[in-house]
Amino acid sequence: MPVLRLLRRNAVVIAGLLTLAYMILPNIVVMVFSFNKPNGRFNYAWQRFSLDAWKDPCGVADLCGSLSLSLRIAVWATLGATVLGTMIAFALVRYRFRARGAVNSLIFLPMAMPEVVMAASLLTLFLNMGAQLGFWTVLIAHIMFCLSFVVTAVKARVMSMDPRLEEAARDLYAGPVQTFLRVTLPIAAPGIAAGALLAFALSFDDFIITNFNAGSTVTFPMFVWGSAQRGTPVQINVIGTAMFAIAVAVVLVGQLVAHRRKNTGK
Amino acid sequence: MSVTDAPPAPPASTGPQTRKPSTRKRLVPYWLLLPGILWLLVFFALPMVYQASTSVQTGSLEKGFEVTWHFRTYWDALADYYPQFVRSLLYAGTATVLCLLLGYPLAYLIAFKAGRARNLVLVLVIAPFFTSFLIRTLAWKTILADGGTVVDVLNTLHVLDVTSWLGWTEGDRVLATPMAVVCGLTYNFLPFMILPLYTSLERIDGRLHEAAGDLYATPATTFRKVTFPLSMPGVVSGTLLTFIPASGDYVNAELLGSTDTKMVGSVIQTQFLRVLDYPTAAALSFILMAVVLFAVTVYIRRSGTEDLV
Repeated sequence: MPVLRLLRRNAVVIAGLLTLAYMILPNIVVMVFSFNKPNGRFNYAWQRFSLDAWKDPCGVADLCGSLSLSLRIAVWATLGATVLGTMIAFALVRYRFRARGAVNSLIFLPMAMPEVVMAASLLTLFLNMGAQLGFWTVLIAHIMFCLSFVVTAVKARVMSMDPRLEEAARDLYAGPVQTFLRVTLPIAAPGIAAGALLAFALSFDDFIITNFNAGSTVTFPMFVWGSAQRGTPVQINVIGTAMFAIAVAVVLVGQLVAHRRKNTGK
Repeated sequence: MSVTDAPPAPPASTGPQTRKPSTRKRLVPYWLLLPGILWLLVFFALPMVYQASTSVQTGSLEKGFEVTWHFRTYWDALADYYPQFVRSLLYAGTATVLCLLLGYPLAYLIAFKAGRARNLVLVLVIAPFFTSFLIRTLAWKTILADGGTVVDVLNTLHVLDVTSWLGWTEGDRVLATPMAVVCGLTYNFLPFMILPLYTSLERIDGRLHEAAGDLYATPATTFRKVTFPLSMPGVVSGTLLTFIPASGDYVNAELLGSTDTKMVGSVIQTQFLRVLDYPTAAALSFILMAVVLFAVTVYIRRSGTEDLV
């Protein structure tokens, strides 16, 4: 049986592609159902083709408000976590200091903790302090859980850096600030960018911690969660599809630029 | 907030470096660490202390809560909610195993077989991240809908008869059963398994495979004796990155399951945000944390990879 032999020989490839299909399938469903015109409040069964939702993506009350709130929180959380995380990463790789083990555990633990545990304990703190739940409490929480991921991403990059490059810069009479800005930072940039991107994605998509600490403020994931109970507007799928398309486009353009730079560089 | 606003000291000041450059230099790492570590201490470690204290308090919302060292709350919480606990660990464990079984071939494919399509496949693995996971989880409601294509096919192949007999599904339904929840968990955490696996597979020197082949190892033996052992760091961090968040997740259980598939995260959320029984919620989340940390420590010890961070 030649077919069987072909299957056996490519078993890994076939299994891998099946997994990939499993991972992509929901995105395809989200995309297809953004063109649906459902009967009733829930967009779970296909009825007929329509462009209504695409023509009016903000046509549902509070949807675009929650989206812009999520974007704002994600931008500030990314900024905060990236700055603080990069500083920690440099300290960890470049310097000797006391309590290194404690610092390492403090950074590892938030990643080794179920989200609901952090969410509940942070809310306990806020309730005890009498803090007003809303934008600021969510931002504080997001910076907290994004921080460790930024540290890990930046650390990996800084560790693989050749320290002799900085020594060379100093030998050529560059001051410490100049060395940092013109040598260290550009080399560490891909790690910092990866950390920032991860922080943005984590913050924008976070539901559990946000749900605990947002009070009556509604972020985009919270809006989607609420709509699962009240009725899912097609516009949710429109926004999901648009985000997917933008993300793929950004990554592909980035790849293309990197590829071209590599080719012209040689 | 003001505590964390302390600006970092510049790496070195412009002043003459005569008197005590060594002291100043020695302080640099502490200045770099200060804001971030303070943030984690105040908003991660301190809350844990508050939560520990809350879990041994008694009282009511009207009269206020007081620390009475009422450890019985832990016992009561476990007695009332142990089914949800067991279920959480069971579902998270099953999803982790499924993620490993499904994710390994894909990570292997990207690392060794994809060739020029490698970056494209990687993009396809990461891109779904950018559509909110709640929207994607809701899509499973459509995919697994009663009388939908998936259910029909599984029915025709008599798969549902077997899974119903095992108690994973009920009759002709997949939605609102344990199978739907595990399917959603597996789906949601697959990228967290695949990326670490890929990272450790990619580091393997391809010549090792050739060497194994030269020494008359069959492909299966090569995998068992060379590839898999070398990918262990990826397997360990992938399983941790899947199991830990899955054990506390309640989104999949709530969206794809029924009241019979509730996980412990749901209980904590309801107790905290709706019932407002803070001590019980705090005790439950402490037990969950203890169980997860214990499992993680044992697992890391046994697999012998201490250097994960």
